[in-house]
Amino acid sequence: MSRKLIFNVFKYNPLDKSDRPKLQTYEVHETDGMTIFVALNYIRDRLDHTLQFDFVCRAGICGSCAMVINGTPTLACKTLTRDYKDGEITLLPLPVFELIGDLSINTAKWMNEMSKDVASWIHTNEQTIIDNIEKPMEPEVAEEVFELDRCIECGCCIAACGTKQMRPKFKGAVALNRVARFLCDPRDERDEADMFEIIGDDEGIFGCMSLLGCDDTCPKNLPLQSKLAYLRRKMVSVK
Amino acid sequence: MKIFYTDNLIIGGGLAGLRLAISTKEAGYKTTVLSLIPVKRSHSSAAQGGMQASLANSVMSKGDNEDVHFEDTVKGSDWGCDQKVARMFTQVAPKAIRELTAWGVPWSRIQKGDKSVMMDGKRETITENESSHGLIASRDFGGTKKWRTCYTADATGHTMLYAVANEAIKQGVEILEKKEAVKLIHKDGVCYGAVVKDLMNGEVFAYLSKATTVATGGYGRIFEASTNAVICEGTGAAIALETGVAKLANMEAVQFHPTALVPSGILMTEGCRGDGGILRDVDGYRFMPDYEPEKKELASRDVVSRRMTEHIRAGKGVPSVYGEHLWLDISILGRKHIEKNLRDMQDICKNFLGIDPACEGVWIPVRPMQHYSMGGIKVDETGQSPHLKGLFSCGEAACWDMHGFNRLGGNSVAETVVSGMIVGEYVASYCKKHNLKLDTKLANDFMNEFDLEQDTILSKVCDIIHKPNELSIYDIRDKMRKIMMHKVGIFRTGSELKVALNELKKLYKDSLGVHIRSGKKFANPGLIDTLRVQKMLKLALCITKGAMLRTESRGAHTREDFPKRDDKNWLKRTLTTWEQKELDEPKVSYEELDINSMELPPGFRGYGKKGNVIEHPQSAIRQEEVDKIRQENKNKNRHEIQKKLMPYKLPKKYQNKNERVEVGYE
Repeated sequence: MSRKLIFNVFKYNPLDKSDRPKLQTYEVHETDGMTIFVALNYIRDRLDHTLQFDFVCRAGICGSCAMVINGTPTLACKTLTRDYKDGEITLLPLPVFELIGDLSINTAKWMNEMSKDVASWIHTNEQTIIDNIEKPMEPEVAEEVFELDRCIECGCCIAACGTKQMRPKFKGAVALNRVARFLCDPRDERDEADMFEIIGDDEGIFGCMSLLGCDDTCPKNLPLQSKLAYLRRKMVSVK
Repeated sequence: MKIFYTDNLIIGGGLAGLRLAISTKEAGYKTTVLSLIPVKRSHSSAAQGGMQASLANSVMSKGDNEDVHFEDTVKGSDWGCDQKVARMFTQVAPKAIRELTAWGVPWSRIQKGDKSVMMDGKRETITENESSHGLIASRDFGGTKKWRTCYTADATGHTMLYAVANEAIKQGVEILEKKEAVKLIHKDGVCYGAVVKDLMNGEVFAYLSKATTVATGGYGRIFEASTNAVICEGTGAAIALETGVAKLANMEAVQFHPTALVPSGILMTEGCRGDGGILRDVDGYRFMPDYEPEKKELASRDVVSRRMTEHIRAGKGVPSVYGEHLWLDISILGRKHIEKNLRDMQDICKNFLGIDPACEGVWIPVRPMQHYSMGGIKVDETGQSPHLKGLFSCGEAACWDMHGFNRLGGNSVAETVVSGMIVGEYVASYCKKHNLKLDTKLANDFMNEFDLEQDTILSKVCDIIHKPNELSIYDIRDKMRKIMMHKVGIFRTGSELKVALNELKKLYKDSLGVHIRSGKKFANPGLIDTLRVQKMLKLALCITKGAMLRTESRGAHTREDFPKRDDKNWLKRTLTTWEQKELDEPKVSYEELDINSMELPPGFRGYGKKGNVIEHPQSAIRQEEVDKIRQENKNKNRHEIQKKLMPYKLPKKYQNKNERVEVGYE
């Protein structure tokens, strides 16, 4: 006989004026290798057809399903229920982001603004002729860029950020990582002084209190601690 | 009710939709992308192993070019594809890679000198040339003659999607997320836009446009076990079908990927086998060389999936609580290789199975599962529906038809961007030639029609206590998925398909009368899923009926009662329509493939069973013709010969020759 899990799920529909935020409790029998993805779908299919949450790839690749699970922001799809020894699991939507309803949040709006804010694309005046052999790039440099390009913009670093709680306009690790990514990419002509214009203030790299909730919670294990420190040193040296 | 206007309305914000958006935006047209989800979370991000393009940078890709890529693609398709489209594709693929490089994709690069690799279960050393140092690397993939699949470790789709999405943001493409197109607006054979439901607040509005492009991906979630993301429900193809005018093509052509993780169905990239990983059975025995002595684990996906299923049926599967499976062994590649090039695979195994596949003797449980939809909205070479003008489609949602009855690994993520580039040019020229027609009455009629459908569903609110034994929409969905998996899966037979068709018809009827639990128009996933499941059932019926009528085996479509590829009777594309709303099954018709215009007449694929073809008399005649043309023009270069064999069109900007190391623009 499998274990009975208790799920306390945040339920609130901001569009319904009469609704109030609450924790709704559901009971689910645990199955072998059950993830929060499997459990939430069971709840929606069998117990509550109105429960809202977001999954897409269910493989830890797309970043849709970040939520606060027993107090920690993480990806629900790759969280196994067996890791919760007492069988009680509380699910809350990520803070900071606009709430759509229940566990569903609008990360798209926030991340699109972030992308525009740091101009999250290659800046170059070079015209590429796509018929011709590509410009060579050192294999290690490509790997270094890829390492930082692995960010899936899930929002965990923002939800776990102490600075973000105090400075609502703080850009957060996701944005700073994008800047670091383009700074080490030789195809981007922006130099440190250009990047200083984007992140050289309290809303950027100098606002960070180094509590490193970002580094603790990043589901892709991006090297945020070292990259944030690196960026700060680089930005300080800008004349 | 609100009505908005745009020039090009793109439904679907994955790689195909976004790349196409950039084309029409650059051409000066207002471009709007609708997406169910934030675009950077699209299923394109799950393309792991890589993108095929004949760059020929590596020593293992020497001699590769458009011709070789074309031949691999046609053979992979089991001669079911449109060869002109395959040519258009292979010509533009190198350009697409190079464009993506400029947009920032950090492709893995070649290191000059010696490199230790696993090939056919043995460790070998290859030596990369100085002249290729720093150029884009490629890996081996199934069904290809050369190492052609370019990659960024095993997160290729992710890096491509971020580069293209950020480029679209930079260009100012209007991107509207959490929006679902629920109906195409059309009149007298012309498409004028779509009715859209806002998934956040339930609001319904209309978009009127000059051109409408569907790029919503595949329909994998119609099957019980699929590698696809949960949003891949085929609703884009379904709204095209529901016009009663546009047609879907080759819906029965459904690919099963050999190595999906058991039980979750998460994909283990073909790169695992491309890099030298092998398949083992219950005894730890490497069985593929017995079935496919030449290509072994790297035959095309349809072949490997069938061989695996055959092997399980022969009693060699590994029993588990989740059914029988086989093993994928990548541990032989070594920890260093895995942690660099197959890192996400290792993460997935750790997270979902608690195993580390880099440890010697630790193998990954895999089984073939649904993976790719070769079928889709029937479009011509320009990406436009020949039946509903102004409706375009590209990527997996379309049957542009470069994949025929089986797609090669690495060709789909390539198709997304390549078709976005090519079809984007044709959409832009359509926008140039046509004026925006603002028929607000027509828009209102379609919105009212959708409202009525929605209200019909919402009028049947009933809680679980009042109808305890009735099927819910989720029960219906699950039943459909089981039928498709077990009766319309890897191996099919006429009798089972007939049963499946009747069961699906019954389910479709049930879905129209289903009771729902909430009467709200917003914050009501039950309503959204009811609308979607009704559409999915229509697609399931198209797949099943097409499969039932096609009495041959071609590519991924395998009939046990008709095991041969029958070129004599079945060298044709299946077309399905849903002409009237009241019908409970689609109408099927066919379009012949013309052997006389083929550059590569039908023959043996080089893998799979030999002598398994009922030949068309015209094939040999055309082969003679082709040989004669080659002989007569043997002094001409390969581009000139190709032009004589099978001329094809492309937008001017993509016609230039592609440059390669050492051979230049040859």
